Amino acid sequence: MLIKKAEEVRSSEITPQDLYLNRRKFLTGTAIVGAAAVTGLGIKELVSPSFAARAGERIDGLQKSSFSTTEKITPYKDVTHYNNYYEFSAEKEEPAELAKNFRTRPWTVTIDGTVKKKQVLDVDTIIKFASPEERIYRHRCVEGWSIVVPWVGFSLNELIKRAEPLGQAKFVEFTTILDRKQMPGQTRSVLEWPYVEGLRMDEAMHPLALLCFGMYGAVLPNQDGAPLRVVVPWKYGFKSAKAIVRIRFTEKQPTNTWNIAAPREYGFYSNVNPSVDHPRWSQKTERRLGEFFKRPTLMFNGYDQVAGLYSGMDLRKNY
Amino acid sequence: MIRWIKVGIFIAFLIPLGRLGWGYYTQNLGANPLEKITHTTGDWTLTLLLVTLSVTPLRKLLGIPALIKFRRMLGLFAFFYACLHFTTYIWLDKFFNLHEMLVDVAKRKFITVGFTAFVLLIPLAATSTTGWIRRLGGKRWQALHRLIYVSAIAGVIHYLWLVKADIRKPLEYGAVLALLLGYRVVLWIRPAIQKRGSVSAARIAATAE
Repeated sequence: MLIKKAEEVRSSEITPQDLYLNRRKFLTGTAIVGAAAVTGLGIKELVSPSFAARAGERIDGLQKSSFSTTEKITPYKDVTHYNNYYEFSAEKEEPAELAKNFRTRPWTVTIDGTVKKKQVLDVDTIIKFASPEERIYRHRCVEGWSIVVPWVGFSLNELIKRAEPLGQAKFVEFTTILDRKQMPGQTRSVLEWPYVEGLRMDEAMHPLALLCFGMYGAVLPNQDGAPLRVVVPWKYGFKSAKAIVRIRFTEKQPTNTWNIAAPREYGFYSNVNPSVDHPRWSQKTERRLGEFFKRPTLMFNGYDQVAGLYSGMDLRKNY
Repeated sequence: MIRWIKVGIFIAFLIPLGRLGWGYYTQNLGANPLEKITHTTGDWTLTLLLVTLSVTPLRKLLGIPALIKFRRMLGLFAFFYACLHFTTYIWLDKFFNLHEMLVDVAKRKFITVGFTAFVLLIPLAATSTTGWIRRLGGKRWQALHRLIYVSAIAGVIHYLWLVKADIRKPLEYGAVLALLLGYRVVLWIRPAIQKRGSVSAARIAATAE
């Protein structure tokens, strides 16, 4: 068998992003008009800026971040066509197609639980809470592969501060949208729906934890968790909930979806940790997409600055 | 005629490998080509094991005894894809680190059972020639080759144990395998029951006399 070393895509082979986006804009534009005709939306909704925030549209005024890695960024095509997004499909190639027409506007997020004021916020209000930054993070899946993604967003703590959680709030819980009509994967009980994830308060307040609404300098594609997701780079990918509709503050530790599915395999913490194996496979190494050889997995995915959050904890028990 | 069908089958079952090779060469295997190769070769191993196991039931049900002429070839193709699958594991996952492989085999249930499925196929492939059938004698040869049942069951369990949550595909393989093995169980049990039935009928007849 001929095994060629995976080569980088030559820059001449990459569709210039402008072209790609224009084509996409044209297509989505057509889709919007079509959808409007079907659903009876008026012209006002069509031209309103909130409805116009579409995947692939550029986000201006991005600040650079000192948290960014200088490692080679994974190609856009790979990050958008290799998605663990069980709400759409358990096959990684399928969400790209199945999420194509997913409606990300209008979109609201319910903030409740132990907070000073329960409220429902529009996603377009939330993403203006702070100025957007580009954060180039390593992203390690529990399955043993990894990517490097230039996310766009700001620290999750910007939202949490504004939500004003009460003193007894010890955890934050994120709930993904439940919408069987738009998400074919939710018609099968592969996992319990809706998807729920959570963080301890100090984890959520850590500046590395990102509230994310874009990537590659543009609005987040649907298959990558649009319109709003979190990115917790020192934990396995499934901890970073997508398409969030509810953020709840709790006193008790939330039960996360994968923990319900297989409690021995997926803990609440799920920090990237090469010395604690998944019961069925090793976590010592990972395959960075685009690379032939496997590379060693780093403790906390290389984000040592979070180590203090877990001092004195047995990370074998709290996997 | 048989010869030409054989050539056709031979080419047909090389197509999946050809597509993988071409896909790798043209960088069309998706974001994680090495995973794609591992999964595709594994899928074809299971599929071909099931195809091999369906030869006997089809011969009898369709009344085409000549189908037996293709069984060896199909079985060897299953073994061929099993070898490719095992090679992707030992090469692309373990990079020929034998120690690590043995640790895996001992420690990880889905590897243990997958490795078992593979190893069990080796004596079958080795004794697949007419010469070996003669040397072992039909009965013994047949007994040995029943190992394919164990190998196929182990193969399906291997798949079932490695998926994260969506067990639909391994269950599909499992259902087909259950059907194929169930057919054989029925064939074994039925004559036994009939025999017992006729014995007791004879006894009743005897006492009535």
